[in-house]
Amino acid sequence: MKKSRIRVLVAKPGLDGHDRGAKVIARALRDAGMEVIYTGLRQTPEQIIEAAIQEDVNVIGLSILSGAHMYIFPKIIKMLEERKMTDILVIAGGIIPIEDITELKKMGIKEIFTPGTDTKKIVEFIKTNIAVA
Amino acid sequence: MSLSEKIRNGDSRSVAKLITMVENDFQSAQPFLKELHQYCGKAIVLGITGPPGSGKSTITDKLTKHLRKMNKKVGIIAIDPSSPFSGGAILGDRIRMQDLTTDKDVFIRSVGARGHLGGLSRSTQAVVKIMDAMGKDFIFIETVGVGQSEIDVIKVSDIVLLVVMPGMGDDIQVIKAGIMEIGDIFVVNKSDRDGSDKLIAEIEMMLHLNEQEEKWHPPILKTVGTENIGIDVLWKEVEKCTVYLKESGEMFLRRKNRTRKEIFDLFQESWREMFFQFISEERLEKEVERVLKQNDNPYNAVKKLSAIFKKNLFKEGE
Repeated sequence: MKKSRIRVLVAKPGLDGHDRGAKVIARALRDAGMEVIYTGLRQTPEQIIEAAIQEDVNVIGLSILSGAHMYIFPKIIKMLEERKMTDILVIAGGIIPIEDITELKKMGIKEIFTPGTDTKKIVEFIKTNIAVA
Repeated sequence: MSLSEKIRNGDSRSVAKLITMVENDFQSAQPFLKELHQYCGKAIVLGITGPPGSGKSTITDKLTKHLRKMNKKVGIIAIDPSSPFSGGAILGDRIRMQDLTTDKDVFIRSVGARGHLGGLSRSTQAVVKIMDAMGKDFIFIETVGVGQSEIDVIKVSDIVLLVVMPGMGDDIQVIKAGIMEIGDIFVVNKSDRDGSDKLIAEIEMMLHLNEQEEKWHPPILKTVGTENIGIDVLWKEVEKCTVYLKESGEMFLRRKNRTRKEIFDLFQESWREMFFQFISEERLEKEVERVLKQNDNPYNAVKKLSAIFKKNLFKEGE
């Protein structure tokens, strides 16, 4: 019997200590039947990548409010490429200006959800964009 | 290189992929587990159990750091409950183990219990096996926060550490059956709080009442996990316990029971699979409806389904 579950790593890179948004998302994904690995605050790109490997996740959700996204996100994407982990869907949320969103999407972040996004939309996005066996 | 060879070389991605397979589709994972089995049995398996919030993750984190100083390789299986409604889960044990993430000799896997009661997930034993084969010296199984009777951890561990904390209830709690009986070592965590000495006295009293001819007297240790207080003493006790279990033959006995349970569980699982293979959902539904409407009883329903099952089994054998 096959019983697959979508596994999502919710990580907060960078130095800001606001994880309310990340927790709301984690809860919404849980209620949508996903297994959410919540890693806590102040994660380095290395920690995020390593946790994603060990937990064998389908999705990495990055939450950032510090403004360091243009510095941290590209690093994470680059590391994923180096380790040939591009099959993982990377999405992000937080306070991110529109001009940066276009740039980040070009780099490989599949979608960016800004404050006020309906959590249903995020669940839908994940479900339609990953293939779980 | 084959998947099992990669696992034996400690490749974390292969390990992670096989664990996923074990969780999602056990049948497909079986051939790999078969190959790995012969390389298992070297790791010492430590069960960490106790009520929610008692400090299981923190104690696991600190013990792992202690072991890393001795250059031991560590695997951690951290189990958290799954929602009975959505099936989803928040697996949050990594929060307390952040610094271990990038240590290449530590492998942590968070696991949802996925409807399995008893404090573990159904796949726990197989995950232990995979981590054992990848060359870990010690494997921690951190259970879901348990209440009183989730004692499955004893069936998959060599040694059980029961982590408790002061202020959990009156002294009758410690003499109830179940969880308080399975600790080889008692860890009174958050012992800087009021009531820890009282709790120790109560556990001592309970253990005293237990004493028949048991040779191992479970020690009771005070720790403050977040401050790393008492961790080295705790580890010395784990070592002592390991020596005792090995020399007394108790370790062998526990492993024997574990093997027996594994065979039985696998057997049960294969029959379960066959049930759904031989009996269609519609056929089952029909019986459910009949019983529900009081046209029949569940005992007859089982008898009827068994007949179909046997017929199909017989046909399969031909």
